[in-house]
Amino acid sequence: MAKQPQDAMTRALARRETTVAYLFLLPSLVFFLGFVVIPMIICIFTSLTDSNMNAKIATSFVGLSNFIKLASDKTFIDALINTFVIVLVSVPAVCAFSLWVSSAIYRLNGVLLSAFRCIFYLPVVTGSVAVTVVWKWMYNNYTGIFNHVLKTVGIIDKNINWLGDEKYALWCIILILFTTSVGQPIVLYVSALGNVDHSLVEAAEVDGANNMQVFWQIKWPQMMPTTLYILVITTINSFQCFALIQLLTSGGSGTNTVMYYIYYTAFKLTEQAGHFGYANAMGVVLAIFIGLLSALQFKLAKEK
Amino acid sequence: MKSGVQHKSVYRIVSIIVLFILAFLFVFPLYWIVTGAFKTTQQINSVTPVWFPTEWTLDNFVRLFARRTAPIFPMGPVGPAAIRWLFNTVFMAVAAMILTCITASMAGYALAKKRFRGRAILFGLIVCAMALPKQVILIPLIREISFLGLYDNIWAVIFPTVGWPFGVFLMKQFSEGIPGEILEAARIDGANEARTFATIVVPMVKPGLGALAIFTFINSWNDYFMQLIMLASTENATISLGISTLQAETSVDTGMLMAGAALAAAPIIIVFLIFQKYFTQGITMGAVKG
Repeated sequence: MAKQPQDAMTRALARRETTVAYLFLLPSLVFFLGFVVIPMIICIFTSLTDSNMNAKIATSFVGLSNFIKLASDKTFIDALINTFVIVLVSVPAVCAFSLWVSSAIYRLNGVLLSAFRCIFYLPVVTGSVAVTVVWKWMYNNYTGIFNHVLKTVGIIDKNINWLGDEKYALWCIILILFTTSVGQPIVLYVSALGNVDHSLVEAAEVDGANNMQVFWQIKWPQMMPTTLYILVITTINSFQCFALIQLLTSGGSGTNTVMYYIYYTAFKLTEQAGHFGYANAMGVVLAIFIGLLSALQFKLAKEK
Repeated sequence: MKSGVQHKSVYRIVSIIVLFILAFLFVFPLYWIVTGAFKTTQQINSVTPVWFPTEWTLDNFVRLFARRTAPIFPMGPVGPAAIRWLFNTVFMAVAAMILTCITASMAGYALAKKRFRGRAILFGLIVCAMALPKQVILIPLIREISFLGLYDNIWAVIFPTVGWPFGVFLMKQFSEGIPGEILEAARIDGANEARTFATIVVPMVKPGLGALAIFTFINSWNDYFMQLIMLASTENATISLGISTLQAETSVDTGMLMAGAALAAAPIIIVFLIFQKYFTQGITMGAVKG
């Protein structure tokens, strides 16, 4: 008998709690739903239509035909391959490099440590436009320092048109992407190395383990969550590589990527301009690939 | 044993030397921007690079300022467009920062400390959205923005930044650390929810807010892609966008572009150096517990 009113009271309390929670969430939800979730849903929906920039032409449902067209679009396939080359090269390189740098700096004294951390973060903070503008000059055929330095050292004997040559352009972009990607992983690894359980390390050292053994057997497994996070963010970052392409080559010299092709299809004045449905289909494909890769990384990390 | 120790110290010395070389290479582009901004056209176009400018000149900035003009404020006197771009960028970054801090700290608190229906779904949605490349939603977003009449308006860049759920995620991590007993005590003392939030929660998550503020400021400043698709006119451009337009117009005037790049990068680098402690904290908190 006495239990019933109490139940009602708990329920009332729970309802109150829910109301209060949603009131706190409301301002954030307006922006999150309005500018992230709703566009996400529209994106999926539009990818199934022939939606066009010209609003006068009625949009009709075309099923999966955008996706079928993508599979035979040579430009898209090339862009997809380039995107994968960028991801497959830059992600392992960024991880290995930042792991090495962090393990070399994390025991330095405070000032030196933050100085190094800052320096490796600088290219990120500088911003993609400023970074690309200066790299474009450094890669320049005539006035760039790359040609000058490499010629002085004797590695090349003729000026190379770095960004205009299909053999080099994509690698030039990967190099810039690399310098703008290692900042965050280094910060994360330094803090993860600092958080490694010291009693385990000491125990291993007492047992006569050398530095390499301590690192791979004790520290590395403990840093797995950090590594996983770094893999995921670097992958996403590399897939999104856009500003470098747009500002350096405009997708020429064999550097087209999916991200740039989406932009090109939607906004550039070509025969394809304004094909929103088609561009959205590419966006969906890209999101699926990123999702699959992230899932794969999670699975691999779990097994380890 | 002794040779092992020697081996170790040799490795340490070599690695420190390599680190210094790498650090030099990472700073170099920035050095090249700053010195390039003050070099004469002749020095810039010289086939043998001028490693350190022997003659300093402000000509590059003069050309940058003369190239485009715009009202310095929405109604103000006409001046160099680059100055207007800087004002726009500062306004954008500050507005995004304030809005994000307010909304994310409230939402993060609710997600961490309240038990409510739909909490798990909402949190899942937030994590998924964080893994999604922003550009995927660009076309629907731009149509929505046009529909709202915000196209070519600085708020079109601010709103999606505020909607990005990283901030909520970060503030949730920080709010988890608030002891439940303190909140309970406040409730017993008769403090209402708003008061509890303002006088207890906010002071306790202050380090998180600092991290989020600086993080949002820098990201918003550098979010070139969003600025590119949302803004169109000279008056409304940001500094990054402005410089990229100039680059498309005149890729031969390297000196002017370096002046522009220096103008775009200097403020954000100074802000970063001042607040880097918070920044480092924010990056780590957003990751490790997640």
